[in-house]
Amino acid sequence: MDDAAAGAPTASMNKVSRRFARIDAFFRNLTGFAAFGVLAVLAGVIVSLYFGAQLSIDKFGLAFLWTDVWNPVKQEFGALSEIYGTLLTSALAMLLAIPVGIGIAIFLTELSPLIIKRPIGIAIELLAGIPSIIYGIWGLFVLAPFLQVNVQPWIIDTFADVPILSSLFAGPPFGVGYGTAGFILAMMVLPFIAAITRDVFDGVPSVLKEAAYGLGCTRWEVLWHVVLPYARVGVTGGIMLALGRALGETMAVTFVIGNNHRISSSLFAPGTTISAAIANEFTEATSDMYLSALIEIGLILFGITFIVLLIARYMLYRMELRTGR
Amino acid sequence: MTVSTSRYRRRLWVNRALMSLSVIAAVAGLTALGIILTILFQKGIGGIDARVFTEMTPPPGSDGGLLNPIYGSVFMTGVAVIVAMPLGILAGTYLAEYGRDARVAVIIRLINDVLLSAPSVVVGLFIYELMVRGRHFSAWAGAMALAIIAVPVIVRTTEDMLRLIPDPLREAATALGAPRWHVISKVAYQAARAGIVTGILLAIARISGETAPLLFTALNNQFWSTDPNAPMASLPAVIFQFAGSAYKNWQDLAWAGALIITAAVLVLNIVARLFRTAEPKR
Repeated sequence: MDDAAAGAPTASMNKVSRRFARIDAFFRNLTGFAAFGVLAVLAGVIVSLYFGAQLSIDKFGLAFLWTDVWNPVKQEFGALSEIYGTLLTSALAMLLAIPVGIGIAIFLTELSPLIIKRPIGIAIELLAGIPSIIYGIWGLFVLAPFLQVNVQPWIIDTFADVPILSSLFAGPPFGVGYGTAGFILAMMVLPFIAAITRDVFDGVPSVLKEAAYGLGCTRWEVLWHVVLPYARVGVTGGIMLALGRALGETMAVTFVIGNNHRISSSLFAPGTTISAAIANEFTEATSDMYLSALIEIGLILFGITFIVLLIARYMLYRMELRTGR
Repeated sequence: MTVSTSRYRRRLWVNRALMSLSVIAAVAGLTALGIILTILFQKGIGGIDARVFTEMTPPPGSDGGLLNPIYGSVFMTGVAVIVAMPLGILAGTYLAEYGRDARVAVIIRLINDVLLSAPSVVVGLFIYELMVRGRHFSAWAGAMALAIIAVPVIVRTTEDMLRLIPDPLREAATALGAPRWHVISKVAYQAARAGIVTGILLAIARISGETAPLLFTALNNQFWSTDPNAPMASLPAVIFQFAGSAYKNWQDLAWAGALIITAAVLVLNIVARLFRTAEPKR
């Protein structure tokens, strides 16, 4: 009798808990499936680009990487001028944006009055979200003409007789070119660098800084000897992240790079980058080989940025572990 | 004494010089960014009138508006979000609730963070290979490219927000006999709702200005089209085409379009920010 009384509810409860367990397993698998989707996207990108680039990979082999030729008529392609342009413009951008970005971060964390600290910080974060095509058309209509008329002729004249600089600033002032593209990229990544560096600086424990101030250090000494060593990994990670963005950036560069598949040592010469070449030529690529070569430079771009971003993330993780956030 | 005073003076000077440099850098950088917004506003506001929102993109030299690209942008962004939202939220849930510090979860998290800033032009190539090659350019392809860009944003914010929910809340629900999926859907999701919505808004802001992935997926379309199987105009693609042209009226429309996108992105970002701060931290 006891058994019968207790048996009925247990049976139904078993049924309910079995149902719950089934839903539980289903839900868990569903989320796991979605998470693996992220890996699938990565694999999909690599595999599909590889197959898309097959023609060009088979024909040109590894020499594609260091061949400086881009001739759709003769069907001969090499990625050197695009890789050169990509690396050069990004390097220029970093050269300009890192000091200014860190300057902004120092200003925000150490110097600025409290009233403007938050508004400026928010403004910078908002600017980091502005689509890159905005920077692109600004560069095309405002910056390039300005540089062409007001800045480049002067620089060309000034350095005409200086040995190395004269080849760096040679040629007619086109307005568009490597230098202008680097400048626009710098403006685009500036908010990123400033925002991340500020976050990292803010993560430095104030006891450390207070101790240094207590010993009589000046602001600069606290920054140089305490804040920067502590934040180095994080700042480097942030810079690498910005570099990854700069390398892969398309729209900010395409308008102002000049679209010329010739390598030039002059910063004022028109050139091209991987992303600009793809954006400009992809829909005009008439032959399979042309298309395949464009996809292969896309694959190269993905490879470069992937490595840079991986290093960036690794460094930022290490920083997070250290600050315990 | 004199030595220490002169050293002290030098230290002060170094400090003053470098701090001034930092202020100068900050002022210069902020001014440059301010100039961009100001010029964008000046050039864009002149082109914005009722026609922009009611007429189609014109041929060179005649009047028109941006109605078809606005529709295209809204449509493709909408489809992208509908596709990306469940995927992103579920994947974020896995990382925050099940995976946590397991090796698989760490790897997925890392890859997701890398995809977060991967070049969008490559995503365009991927979708081209997948959906366009051998077929034709279509709005579906454009929307899929945007979805792939949106997913990592949603994954990241969903995970971050779920991780902010204290574990005792989950433990309390479990102690009451709630199964795991109930704990997640009725407790964790509820508590993290504002944060997850923030992530979705940020993802919309991110993809609504994306240009590169649309150029060879959705292509562009001079005319009114609601057919998702055909090429469709979008604001960024039209800006790209019109700004690069030599026609004054096209260039003016490009500025107007740029202002519309920037305003939309800024509003989305600000709303997302308000959403996040409106909810008290628990």
